[in-house]
Amino acid sequence: MRLLDSLRLIGGKLFRRPATNGEMEEELRSHIEHRADDLERAGVTRAEAQRRARVEFGGYEHYRQESYEATGGHFFERLRQDVRYGSRVLAKSPGFTVVAVVTLALAIGANAVVFSMLNGLVLRPLNVPRSQSLVAIGQRDGVPMQSYPDYLDLRERNRSFDDVIAYQITRAGLNTGRTAIPSWVYEASGNYFDALGIQPYLGRFFHRSDEHGENSSPYIVLSYAYWLSHFDGDRAAVGRTIQLNKHPYTILGVAPQEFRGTELFFAPDFWVPMIDQEHVDGWSTLKSRGTRDAELIGLLKTGVTPAQATADLNSVAVYLSKTYPKDDDRTSFKLARPGLAGDMLGGPVRAFLGGLTALAALILLAACANLGSLFAARAADRSKEIALRLALGSSRRRILRQLLTEAVLVSLMGGAAGVLGSVLLLRWLSAWRPVPDFPIRLPVSPDAHVYGVALLLAVASGILFGVVPVRQVLRANPYEVVKAGSAASTGRRMTVRDLLLVVQIAICGVLVTSSLVAVRGLVRSLHSNFGFAPQGAVLVDTDLDMAGYSGDQVPVMQRRAIDAVAAIPGVTAAAIIDRSPLSLGWSSDVVFKDSTTDTKVSNAAAEAMKYCISPGYFHAAGTILLAGRPLTWHDDKAAPRVAIVNEEFARKVFGSVRDAVGKYFKTVSARIQVVGIVENGKYKTLTEDQQPAMFFPVLQSPTSSTTMVVRSKDSPQQTVTALNDTLRKLDPGLPFAIKTWPKEMDSALFASRAATMSLGVLGLLGAMLAVTGIFGMAAYSVSKRLRELGIRIALGAQRSEVLRAALGRACRLLVFGSAVGLALGLAATRLLSLIVYQASPRDPLVLCGVVLIMLLLGLVAAWIPAQRALAADPLMLLREE
Amino acid sequence: MGDQAQLLPGTLDLLILRAVSLGPLHGYGILLRIGQISGNALLIEQGALYPGLFRLVRQGLLKANWGTSENNRRAKFYELTAAGRRRLREETDSWNRLATAIGTALAVQPEEI
Repeated sequence: MRLLDSLRLIGGKLFRRPATNGEMEEELRSHIEHRADDLERAGVTRAEAQRRARVEFGGYEHYRQESYEATGGHFFERLRQDVRYGSRVLAKSPGFTVVAVVTLALAIGANAVVFSMLNGLVLRPLNVPRSQSLVAIGQRDGVPMQSYPDYLDLRERNRSFDDVIAYQITRAGLNTGRTAIPSWVYEASGNYFDALGIQPYLGRFFHRSDEHGENSSPYIVLSYAYWLSHFDGDRAAVGRTIQLNKHPYTILGVAPQEFRGTELFFAPDFWVPMIDQEHVDGWSTLKSRGTRDAELIGLLKTGVTPAQATADLNSVAVYLSKTYPKDDDRTSFKLARPGLAGDMLGGPVRAFLGGLTALAALILLAACANLGSLFAARAADRSKEIALRLALGSSRRRILRQLLTEAVLVSLMGGAAGVLGSVLLLRWLSAWRPVPDFPIRLPVSPDAHVYGVALLLAVASGILFGVVPVRQVLRANPYEVVKAGSAASTGRRMTVRDLLLVVQIAICGVLVTSSLVAVRGLVRSLHSNFGFAPQGAVLVDTDLDMAGYSGDQVPVMQRRAIDAVAAIPGVTAAAIIDRSPLSLGWSSDVVFKDSTTDTKVSNAAAEAMKYCISPGYFHAAGTILLAGRPLTWHDDKAAPRVAIVNEEFARKVFGSVRDAVGKYFKTVSARIQVVGIVENGKYKTLTEDQQPAMFFPVLQSPTSSTTMVVRSKDSPQQTVTALNDTLRKLDPGLPFAIKTWPKEMDSALFASRAATMSLGVLGLLGAMLAVTGIFGMAAYSVSKRLRELGIRIALGAQRSEVLRAALGRACRLLVFGSAVGLALGLAATRLLSLIVYQASPRDPLVLCGVVLIMLLLGLVAAWIPAQRALAADPLMLLREE
Repeated sequence: MGDQAQLLPGTLDLLILRAVSLGPLHGYGILLRIGQISGNALLIEQGALYPGLFRLVRQGLLKANWGTSENNRRAKFYELTAAGRRRLREETDSWNRLATAIGTALAVQPEEI
């Protein structure tokens, strides 16, 4: 807008002057004519009279300018002039302009992205009418969950809240006619929508009055996004009956687009009444006071402070612990900001974003320092122009204003480009699903705040780096500069600018080192031994309770599914496990030595990962059986309890791997014989310490949660299609998701991938900044010493000597900064190893890479100034000055 | 020219107001009038008049209209506004007080102390 305006003005102003200006000129000319008339009357010729009149008048331009300023009110007028002049000057040196704009675009873009995240996750409250009065009610230890009976007591007995709602996130199979799809659900208390004050986009919501005991409220409310994607935005969807885990449910309505649940990270597909938990989950915890699985949000009454509310809640807690000592002993409540799982995620999210913000601010500062030295270098280059303008009667203020306008112009262009880039990136981030089949959402779409902050940053940084050359201009003495050319004095001491450059290069070094380490770690983690071989395997993920199977039906159905899949031509192995390792979530159990008689937790020999598998799982997963026998279909309920354990388990519980087969261990409820040993693997995360693990036969430890591992000679695409057909034929009502195992691994690799990606981006930013920083500094020193270099060349200096004189200092700073950066980067890898798999700083490849990259950066940055120094033509230079 | 006095800062405005108070004048006319009423004792560079004129117009002390001069040329004529007349009175008083005070101070003889 502004740019367009100024462009139009530039066009217009080239051809005409404003009226007041013309009038002023006419008046001044009239004065001179009158004087000439008088002189002519005294006997001088007309031409001579006019000449003398002009001389007597004094500095015509000077007085015209001064008169013009005396008329006042020219702020915009002058701004336009400055903008016009500035754009012309910038257009004249496109290289400089592009470097400056790109630097700023990157720095401001990075800040805009980080601020959007901060805005979306920390600053912006939940998108509901009375969001300021909402508080999450958690346990004193920070766990944000309460049991449903406690929720009812809290809701009825408190005096501080207008209402209290409960919800929990779960998964259910939704069948809209043809096939069942696993989808993500909020089970919500009946008052959920009413208390939050949300109005339906279509139809109606469920209310508290719809609750008449368990499973009495077969209604669902769709989210806007799900309605669009799965019902094609069809208004007739409201009122339709669909199958939810094989139970008929009616679609009551559609939530408004802007309401996406009460957890910032989790946008549900739809909401169902919590009272129907048994239908949705396959079991109910509504009556179990000890099972804390619901999140609570309270709506504070007007005038009630959070402290008062906490005191009130804790008086209810006293009642609860007295009345239900078994489940609620020493219960106590704490309030938290709602939206990030109480505040459980709030701490880490805030810490992470705080770190990012600091880093982004640092980058912006470094960018400003860079541009400051670039502008200073330019001001030095332009010292002749500035001196000329001063000599012609321009005021220093006017020149500074003009230079500042130029800087802000550059920063606005950079800011605009940065915001554009960040908006694209944020759009992508908002739509991104980092973990497949899990409704994680980054609510980071930019809003007015983000644009405001970006504009502010742009203007502020423009002024910041525009101010750097001010002293230089103020000191400029037009006579000296015009007479002698730019001052040839070169300071040998360390200036603030040098220090900034070293800091910058060091930051860049840290970022480059850490991103290289992270990339190496990622590459290594992709080729490391997980204890299974994901390549070439396809996973089918389902939960049989979503299709209405329960009890003894479950293993029967699992067996049928395995047999059906194994019969698909090309399939070489098919088996099931309750939950594939390295996926989201896991379960573990304490185990005891066989000799332990009192099975209390403190006597446990280990806490082991627990998996339930069908026979053939190790074959299908590619896990190596080291000793003993695999499980068979004969390891059923009638047979003695058996298990296969990993090496770590054997080592920890039995002391050695070799003779663990045949020995017994205990869980809280059973005595189990080890029949086989498998290799160690990764279970929860890639960076975990080695975990003990045990694998039980699925017939002895039934589980409805089912992940089938399938290997086939055909391509994964063919396998997926065949699996889809086969399973649909087996039970059309069974919701399942098919994906390749490497794809499923994305969730396990997410943390290190995200870290690698952000470090890579920051490393790139750092590299760009280092390049422009070195470039600015080298260009500055070359332009200041161009005459000296010319003289050196004239006196017969070799190219290498000229280069050393011109760039020696920049090189020394580069080497020093890189060394510091490398050292700091290596220290920082310790931190990195928490998220990145096998991040090892003592990796020769990384060290060489860092040194090489820094050298390359230096070379790129110093190339143009070096060329300029070498091209210094003594004759030209001497003639010029 | 050597016997002409430099203007004190700020006094040009007062002289312009005084010159214009004797009748509407264009810029060159103002300069001539100042020369006439000051006995050509003051050194004013001609161009220096104009920033002062524009400043006074902006302050609302003068108003200007285009007209035709005695030389039959287009020229801008200035005259005092009511505010200008008031300002001239105030400035004249304060100048007189200052001049008297300084004159008195400078005229003091040793025996009068």
